[in-house]
Amino acid sequence: MGFDQYHEPPEELPPETRTFARMCASLTEEAEAIGWYEQRLALEPDAQARAIMRDAQGEEFKHFAMDLEYLLRRTPRWREIAQGVLFQSGDVVEHGEEAEAESGEGDGDGGADGGAPGAGGGPGGSFGAASADGSLGLGSLKGATL
Amino acid sequence: MSHLLREHAPITAAGWSEIDDEARERLAPALAGRRLVDFAGPLGWQHAATTLGRVAPLAGEPVRGVAAAQRRVLPLVELRAPFAVARDELRAIDRGAVDADLDALDAAAQRIAVAENLAVFHGLEAAGVEGIASASTHPRIDLGEGDCDRYPTHVARAVAMLLSAGIEGPYGLALGPEPYTGVVETTERGGYPLLDHLKKIVGGPLVWAPGVDGAVVVSLRGGDFLFESGQDLSIGYDRHDADAVHLYLEESFSFRVATPEAAVALPR
Repeated sequence: MGFDQYHEPPEELPPETRTFARMCASLTEEAEAIGWYEQRLALEPDAQARAIMRDAQGEEFKHFAMDLEYLLRRTPRWREIAQGVLFQSGDVVEHGEEAEAESGEGDGDGGADGGAPGAGGGPGGSFGAASADGSLGLGSLKGATL
Repeated sequence: MSHLLREHAPITAAGWSEIDDEARERLAPALAGRRLVDFAGPLGWQHAATTLGRVAPLAGEPVRGVAAAQRRVLPLVELRAPFAVARDELRAIDRGAVDADLDALDAAAQRIAVAENLAVFHGLEAAGVEGIASASTHPRIDLGEGDCDRYPTHVARAVAMLLSAGIEGPYGLALGPEPYTGVVETTERGGYPLLDHLKKIVGGPLVWAPGVDGAVVVSLRGGDFLFESGQDLSIGYDRHDADAVHLYLEESFSFRVATPEAAVALPR
């Protein structure tokens, strides 16, 4: 069993950071799979096989989106920057620079290092400092064990 | 800087951390609606209304041969609960005190949680919000005062009503504070806890629900009860003087019942 997702000794990391690292690894794997399917689709001549691969790639899109949303909910500054870049028209780099600069105006506790959830943290999310936008990050409590 | 103006408050990072943590600890157990309904968002403070997907035709024609209609939306409700923290207590937190007096925050958290629960379960008529219990199309089941012994019968009847209407489980049971205390304290003949018996009947959680009248059995299958958050619960800064910092808890949201038959009200 591999533990490659950890860069630091796992036993020294708090549980929420280990979860964060696992989800980052999962996000990377989904992105890799999307790229692999894209390459296979570019070369596969069989129509039925292509249809199956396209369906499978759709699954990876979904997995990637879910992983990303989970991580953004728990990482206020990442979420804030992503909100400034994703689904915006115009220059991507410009939006990115602006979003990064604006995210630095917060009180500096918007990262995930303290186990802070983002706005809208889901069930079971660990509670940390308020997000950069001041939200307490309570979000949905459906299924939460209190 | 957000409209909460937290940066203007004379409160250190340690002070904010203590205040935010205390607020979460008080709010999380009391926000019963969020434990049973679908939650979407937060969509931001500027999010003003929920799309309903319907239009209202406008009288007359702006130009002959042209019909006009207006989109119907559900405007978000803003809730705000003010409170104050003594500056002496903030200074104590900075020195490492772990017993700071944050009673006013606790009370504000309870008030705003009750207000949210009331909107979700019983509606907020002035804002056009219909609650789960008030929207239910099923006959109400009288929970009765005091004795909890008949709760399993009542709850089982509610579950049967939902099943008869084709509403799948699992179900959750929101209990007002008094019925909840009664359930937790009660054991049935043979010593079996009433709490466990009711959990088995509904197949889902029993939720302490301050603000709820009696109890409500709710389907948890999803898609029936929709909470849309604009700004999730946050703490903002109002003003300060020599003695205290005046803050507030605030949120914006809308709530819709998509399937009125997916819940049964059991008022006391």
